[in-house]
Amino acid sequence: MKKSKLGLRVTFWVGGVLSLIYAFPFFLVLVNSFKPKREILQNPLSLPIEFTTDNFEQAIKKMDFFASLTNSVVITVFSVGALILVSSMLAYYLSRMHNKFSKVTFMILVASMIVPFQALMIPFMGLFAPILSINDRASLVFFYVGFGVALSTFLYHGFISNIPTELDEAAALDGASDFTIFWKIIFPMLSPVTATVAIVNALWIWNDFLLPVLTLDRDSRTLPLSTYLFYGQYSANYGQAMAGLLLAVIPIIAFYLILQRQFISGISSGAVK
Amino acid sequence: MHKGKNIKKFLIFASIPLSIFFIVLVVPFSQGLFLTFTDWNGFDFNKFVGLENYARSFEDERFWATLGFTASFVIVSVVLTNVVAFSLALLVTAKLRSANIFRTFFFVPNLIGGVILGVIWQFIFNRALVSVAKNYEWPEFFQSSWLNETDTAFWALIIVTTWQASGYMMIIYITGLMSVEQDVLEAARIDGAGALRTLFSIKMPLMAQAFTISLFLTLRAGFMAYDVNVALTGGGPFRTTELISAHIFNEAFVYGNFDTGQSKAVMMFLIVAIVATVQVAISKRMEVQR
Repeated sequence: MKKSKLGLRVTFWVGGVLSLIYAFPFFLVLVNSFKPKREILQNPLSLPIEFTTDNFEQAIKKMDFFASLTNSVVITVFSVGALILVSSMLAYYLSRMHNKFSKVTFMILVASMIVPFQALMIPFMGLFAPILSINDRASLVFFYVGFGVALSTFLYHGFISNIPTELDEAAALDGASDFTIFWKIIFPMLSPVTATVAIVNALWIWNDFLLPVLTLDRDSRTLPLSTYLFYGQYSANYGQAMAGLLLAVIPIIAFYLILQRQFISGISSGAVK
Repeated sequence: MHKGKNIKKFLIFASIPLSIFFIVLVVPFSQGLFLTFTDWNGFDFNKFVGLENYARSFEDERFWATLGFTASFVIVSVVLTNVVAFSLALLVTAKLRSANIFRTFFFVPNLIGGVILGVIWQFIFNRALVSVAKNYEWPEFFQSSWLNETDTAFWALIIVTTWQASGYMMIIYITGLMSVEQDVLEAARIDGAGALRTLFSIKMPLMAQAFTISLFLTLRAGFMAYDVNVALTGGGPFRTTELISAHIFNEAFVYGNFDTGQSKAVMMFLIVAIVATVQVAISKRMEVQR
């Protein structure tokens, strides 16, 4: 009994120290974002002595913070929404049709998950230059749906296969069309997977860098992209750079703290299925 | 009659997602494969050149150096991330009131994309660590930036990658640990198995699926790493810390070698596909049927 108490105490201290190590980079960004440059050079570890918010004003202006934030939100929301819509329907179709076509299609989808984007990006740019010049944000949403549909369909497929078909048949006998059956009966039952699909895709799309760097123009930059470019340009101005980084980090951490439970269960059921 | 109904079903449910998938993934993939056999310059091609682009990629010493660097990066980051993640999972599943807070701390780096984490750590390595080491007269080793030397930059990449990815994998391992039934653990305890024995002989075999998934995800992420690499070292000094993904990007979009760039991308795909398939096949065999 006594031994296990000691064990718990050791665990507590190890966990505490590790937590501090994991949080340390964010602590550095936080304290330095409120300091003038001179103080950062003298001691990056200390709390701010001469507290200033100038860095934030400058960073918000120079990295077009609100415009990039809006771009990120719009692109993420539309991509995730579209992915939920199309992949749930596709998964329903594939799991209810028991023929060769549906089996082969499902296999191709699963196999495609192994293809790295790097193997497509070079022809990609040539192929899609025309549609990118029309509207790069809408094109990006289109690309995200294309890249995300395999995993999302896979997640939905596993869940829908466990819903008994008697349910569909009963509704069909009552005269409901396929479309109504899906949206009125099946889709409401899918909310646990929908949460998983939403979180896994939102994390990926929100943080994606390579695709936006290749496809987006100046006014459509997402938050990671404009933060990176801002940092590259003003990295000698540490205070502003830190303020920019802090601003970029805040939205997603806030979002996580609100939806913590959904995030964790979304990730665990998404992976172990 | 029946056939008409099936076609209608297909049109409503499957036609849109499948065409988008086809346009975005299948078309560029096939075209990319096709173009590696031509003298393509990014806009058009004149003739087929057979395997010449592949031969030229093979002769490129820089490419081999990149592959070597990527291989070491993948091996070290996969091992370290999984060891750390599994230890963290054990730590936060101990019956401790603060476990939830710890879990949040370990998980947060994951929420933030590689570019932003990369530049945060760039500041730490280039600026914060150097200035602290000078202020407190730490050993010479810490007084200059780790990012200026290939070897230390490698470890900087590993540290950042492990720090970022371990929280996500921890969640997967927690799920695995939780899936081990209580009565099995109870039986082991009655039979006199200690904590370590239970861990190695009961828990780990029963949660083998979590290892399969976590290894697969970290392997794939290791081969495809781009953001952290670009933001942290930018491939420097002298392109020696370029991982395969950044190498292909630069080859095509910076140096304009679209033909060899694409053939290297196809080789990268083959490597990822083979390694991932072998890993999943081996891991699957270790899984216990329940």
